Amino acid sequence: MTTEQTTGDQPLRPSLWRRIVDSDLFYSFIRSPVVVVSAVLTLIIVLAAAFAPWIAPHTPFNPASLNLMNGFTPPFSVNEFTGDVFIFGTDSQGRDVFSAILYGARVSLLVGFSAVAFAMILGVGLGLLAGYKGGWVDSLIMRVADVQLSFPAILVALMIFGVMRGVIPPQQQDQLAIYVLILAIGLSDWVQYARTVRSSTMSEKNKEYVQAARLFSIPAPAILFKHILPNVTGPILVIATIGLALAIILESTLSFLGVGVPATQPSLGTLIRIGQDYLFSGEWWITIFPGMTLLILALSVNLVGDWLRDALNPKLR
Amino acid sequence: MSESPLLQVSNLSREFDVSKPLLNRLIERLPQQHLRAVDNVSFAIPKGETFALVGESGSGKSTIAKLVVDLIRPTSGRILFDGKALPEARGKEFITLRRRVQMIFQDPFASLNPRWRVGDIIAEPIHAFGLAGQMETTVTKRVEELLDIVGLAGRDRHKFPHEFSGGQRQRIAIARALSAKPDFLVCDEPTSALDVSVQAQILNLMQDLQDELGLTYLFISHDMSVVRHMADRIGVLYLGALVENAPAHELFRNPSHPYTRMLLDAIPDHEMTGRVRKPVKGEIPNPINPPTGCTFHPRCEFANDRCKAEVPTLIATTGEHFASCFAVEEDRLPKAAAIA
Amino acid sequence: MSDVLLSIRDLVVEFPKRDKVLTALDHINFDVRRGEILGMVGESGAGKSLTGAAIIGLLEPPGHIAQGEILLDGQRIDNLPYHKMRRIRGKKIAMIFQDPLTSLNPILTIAEQLIETIRTHLPLSEKEARERAVQLLEEVGIPAARRRVDDYPHHFSGGMRQRVVIALALAGEPDLIIADEPTTALDVSVQAQIIDVLKKLCRDRGASVILVTHDMGVIAEAADRVAVMYAGRLAEIGTVRQVVLDPHHPYTVGLMGSIPSLTHDIDRLTQIPGSMPRLDNIPKGCAFNPRCERAFDRCYQERPDLIAVEGSEDSQVACWLFDQEASA
Repeated sequence: MTTEQTTGDQPLRPSLWRRIVDSDLFYSFIRSPVVVVSAVLTLIIVLAAAFAPWIAPHTPFNPASLNLMNGFTPPFSVNEFTGDVFIFGTDSQGRDVFSAILYGARVSLLVGFSAVAFAMILGVGLGLLAGYKGGWVDSLIMRVADVQLSFPAILVALMIFGVMRGVIPPQQQDQLAIYVLILAIGLSDWVQYARTVRSSTMSEKNKEYVQAARLFSIPAPAILFKHILPNVTGPILVIATIGLALAIILESTLSFLGVGVPATQPSLGTLIRIGQDYLFSGEWWITIFPGMTLLILALSVNLVGDWLRDALNPKLR
Repeated sequence: MSESPLLQVSNLSREFDVSKPLLNRLIERLPQQHLRAVDNVSFAIPKGETFALVGESGSGKSTIAKLVVDLIRPTSGRILFDGKALPEARGKEFITLRRRVQMIFQDPFASLNPRWRVGDIIAEPIHAFGLAGQMETTVTKRVEELLDIVGLAGRDRHKFPHEFSGGQRQRIAIARALSAKPDFLVCDEPTSALDVSVQAQILNLMQDLQDELGLTYLFISHDMSVVRHMADRIGVLYLGALVENAPAHELFRNPSHPYTRMLLDAIPDHEMTGRVRKPVKGEIPNPINPPTGCTFHPRCEFANDRCKAEVPTLIATTGEHFASCFAVEEDRLPKAAAIA
Repeated sequence: MSDVLLSIRDLVVEFPKRDKVLTALDHINFDVRRGEILGMVGESGAGKSLTGAAIIGLLEPPGHIAQGEILLDGQRIDNLPYHKMRRIRGKKIAMIFQDPLTSLNPILTIAEQLIETIRTHLPLSEKEARERAVQLLEEVGIPAARRRVDDYPHHFSGGMRQRVVIALALAGEPDLIIADEPTTALDVSVQAQIIDVLKKLCRDRGASVILVTHDMGVIAEAADRVAVMYAGRLAEIGTVRQVVLDPHHPYTVGLMGSIPSLTHDIDRLTQIPGSMPRLDNIPKGCAFNPRCERAFDRCYQERPDLIAVEGSEDSQVACWLFDQEASA
């Protein structure tokens, strides 16, 4: 009816893989060797932890499989009694440190991912609400956030942990410890998400596409989740990645302090604590290897997060 | 008038609270401050016509656009669409009124959700107002039809907004507005972000759509030549108030209000007709603290004591031509040089 | 002293992207004469602002001049080292940007900014520079300049700020001012005032201005000659009367027809079908060929260079329709 204005004979959309490879993000990724190495290391640790039951040469926390004669075998050495070899050595019980690390990383990552997911859902939800509603809802949420920010995260986590200990009956404490830990870390970390999402929401909600949606009588929750949320996810991804590293460290710190997961389900932090008793008696490997794993994991995740922040920042391109 | 107008705006005012935060006000002992963005504006638009509002920045034209589509509510005054007031409608009637009044926005880069595919953007009103049943295929068909109407290809529905130029995006925004099957479109500076050659495409498209679908437009712009081309009637805004309201040709042939004359004199002569511009006096005053009486009096060479004290109202000069100016009322204005 | 102040010869500006090189300015040739206002028009992305940036040496990396010469007073300035270019910038060539708010430093008074700029370029004492600053502000039409010189930018309205920016540009007494959309952010009534200021300065000081804008009204009011750009190339250059009233290039014809008239009724605006090609998708031959009603075989094969139009003094057009040799 009016003038035809075609937009060129473009083929159908290329495949998802093609689009990923063609994207600016991928281009910047393969151009940063440090990030590639970090990402690969993270992936290796995550995969090894996920498939620990199949990869680990021993099941370290099954007492039946342990041989006390294997105790304190140094790394890469043949045990003089049993003739077994352990690449990262064994602890006092004859537990394979390598297998313990795999299982420990599993717990650390599980807690880390879950805590980040919990903090993210809570923070994004509250941030969207505060940014879109404004007024006293916004004031209330952001003042709570301000108060919480004035305490160090570890203090908040310890407090929540303490309160939960008091509430939960003792016989269930070990069972529920891991959930309490996730809750405590998550609650100590939601503020970042809420703040970021709130400010992006406040700028997005005045954009014309949101006004257009209001003209179609789209209800507020649908506007929030279908229109605004997809446009504020960029920074969330960055915070989540860096937050993952922080959550893993926080979990290890708590476990190191002995308030984290029970000893029957040791995380990397627990392993470091157990091992440090032997550090001065020469059995360095019991604490150094879990420590190195934690260091590499946290550093790699952090580097990926840093890169993501820069790569997604249009001003730095 | 035989038929009642499609849109009737009466005594519309809107104030914004521009006070500093409560705490600052208490400490610095400042009073509350209000900005009267729209000041007692009345106009009517008959079905099938285009009414244009022109004015410079701060004239309140965009605020009126938002008031008419009910994105914000008036401080006082009424807006009747087809005899009904949107803020008072409930339930089904509200939804129907909402559907019938749509808007085209200024910035085609901000008015389309960057994360949505074009097909989903255009289908949103169809789903929201239940206009195509539940069958996904009928929705797709309708989307392709709409894309065709605005001069894009049906397969463009798979793409994202960033794959299009500004003009093409404005076509998509028009298709989205049309998909609600509206009778009335508020166009808030629809071409001011576009290049002139693209502007011509969009203006032609909007004229075609008006002819074919019988649409009524409220057209908001700062560009006098665009307004002259598009409008049947023109309202001139100055500091939130309507100072002149006249049929488009009449306004250019015989501008009454001194502000309209000044505005017309200031337009560069892009056709090189040899028209001589008169230099413009002064600038728009601060709307938070507007001048007394007629707000234009400090810049007006015909102002007298009455203009400084009393607020003029719109009065008919000839037939359908209205102006709010004491000099016009008292017939002490010289005849203006007509542009056309 | 020759009549030509600035001469652009075969200028090519390229932007290397990761898998291709985009040619943003493609063999541009034109002169700016002493004391004239040369308008540059074109759609967004046509390369008009980029031409200004290339002249003043402010191309944003990775953009760079790949070929050609820019001569100011017969001296090449496109290959000067940074410190030498800095001396030319402000002193010989000044720039006025679109947004007066961001061109001024919000935390310094107008006097401080003007005095600093004046003393960078002229051997004046603090006191003399201050006197000069007041003079400049008066010259660009700021009322009560002596009193207002110590105000901060936010005390001024948009139009007044743009005047201050112009005063700042004049501080080094440049021979050439590049004004990049100087009126776009302003209201119509203020726009007219700024155009008048620019015209007056040009007349009084004999400075040349390159006026980059998309607004034909501004060009028609202010410019002596106009260059029309399309897809990084020069489509047409000529006197303002010729380009506005009797455009040669089919693109310019379409462009002029697409502007709504203030004086007579047009039922339908002329519209050029389609849109300007992206830089990575410029067709072979004439860049305008897919949208041109009068395109013929040669337009799809060979790229037209600027050709002098016979009978029309001072005008050149890049269109094969005007190739006399071929038609003769």
